[in-house]
Amino acid sequence: MSAAVVTGIGVAAPNGLGVADYWAATLAGKSGIDVITAYDVGSYPVRLAGEVKGFDPAERVPKRLRAQTDHMTHLALAATDEALADAGADPAELPEYTMSVITANSSGGTVFGQRELQKLWAQGPLYVGAYMSVAWFYAATTGQLSIRHGMRGPCGVIATEQAGGLDAVGHARRQIRAGTRLVVTGGTDASLSPAGLTAQISTRLLSRGDDPGTAYQPFSAGARGYVPGEGGAIMIVEEAAAARRRPYGRIAGYAATFDPPPGSGRPPTLRRAIESALADAMVTPDGVDVVFADAYGVPELDRAEADALREVFGPRGVPVTAPKTMTGRLYAGGAALDLATALLAIRDQVIPPTVNVAEPLPAYELDLVVGEPREAPLRHALVVARGYGGFNAAAVVSAL
Amino acid sequence: MSQLTLDELKTIMIQVDADVAKDLDGDILDTVLDHLGLDSLAVLEIATRIQQTHRLPIPDEAIAEMTTPRNILDYVNARLAA
Repeated sequence: MSAAVVTGIGVAAPNGLGVADYWAATLAGKSGIDVITAYDVGSYPVRLAGEVKGFDPAERVPKRLRAQTDHMTHLALAATDEALADAGADPAELPEYTMSVITANSSGGTVFGQRELQKLWAQGPLYVGAYMSVAWFYAATTGQLSIRHGMRGPCGVIATEQAGGLDAVGHARRQIRAGTRLVVTGGTDASLSPAGLTAQISTRLLSRGDDPGTAYQPFSAGARGYVPGEGGAIMIVEEAAAARRRPYGRIAGYAATFDPPPGSGRPPTLRRAIESALADAMVTPDGVDVVFADAYGVPELDRAEADALREVFGPRGVPVTAPKTMTGRLYAGGAALDLATALLAIRDQVIPPTVNVAEPLPAYELDLVVGEPREAPLRHALVVARGYGGFNAAAVVSAL
Repeated sequence: MSQLTLDELKTIMIQVDADVAKDLDGDILDTVLDHLGLDSLAVLEIATRIQQTHRLPIPDEAIAEMTTPRNILDYVNARLAA
């Protein structure tokens, strides 16, 4: 069977714009979480977020597209440029039906959407721009990337909330196996507007902390919810034989499950997602060198993940990390960024740290990499993601 | 309300898509908008802006017929004169 490999990465993250800045910040334990600046947080109960800093759309997005698309799409357009350049791929030189775009999205273009809805409410329907019709829906980023780069192969968007980043990569691998030559995948989300964030607050899973140093502390006694963020990662996935450069690694395994409804009495299915991804990768638990945890930061969800990891790997059976403690949870972009981070970790044979957690709760029996990066031989990395409403996904990326 | 002039229309076209500015020098009255890079959504946006500046409701069926600058000017100015 063909091998789907990642040949290019582009990143827009709260603690670094571009792969080099992001990876340096992540190894240094530098967080991008701070008080929201996109709007006046006033009396909103959630005041902290991971915002992508220093991103000037005028520098990175063509003028026409800038006016027609939301911030989430701006971030993806820039990250895609970086990823394509990294892969050494020029879409203009490849047949258009052999390239496809499959991104994850969970919140849509809420900044654009809120602006237009405010015009609707304040001034009436004549004042709502025509681009509202395409800028704010889930598939906007995939569509704009497809048009911009002339990628007319099988395209799609995966909307599985915060698990989406892995589901998109899993689907990208499926397209490579079906004969597509190059897939742009991953995802970005950006809903740091009052309306976008208000919709999230209703889940009661967000941290109301005021201190960036303690607001998001997964697996610890200080866990009190998560900090939201914006951004994500875009990756170029290709068939191994077609790669122009040495790939970062292979998409070796992937699986997704859906939890039974609340009150069913049946257990959550995260463990099955993990075991299925390992089986798909033909890797046994003792072959996994590091786990990039979902790390919700919500006590009962942390416990469920720690239970699943302990059941699969044994107590303290594998190093676990959550670099998203430096970015907040990026929704559909989060798992994509985790997967990209896992590939960078394999490249440099170093596990990036979890920050702001002194030690995990002893009952979780996790070997959590805290404070400092840890050098280790890394061949197989497991990435775990969950989305609100019962989505679970797991992926294994492996050195070539 | 004053009539919509070609210059005003060009300004709106550039607001909708800055890339068309370079193609508006010659006689463009009968140039197909799609050939200028203005797709159906861009025409919808142009019509939306004319609705705002000239306070003239334009039904979707009329927008579908707007394929050249002349079509737009003729439609809008006939209704404004009425």
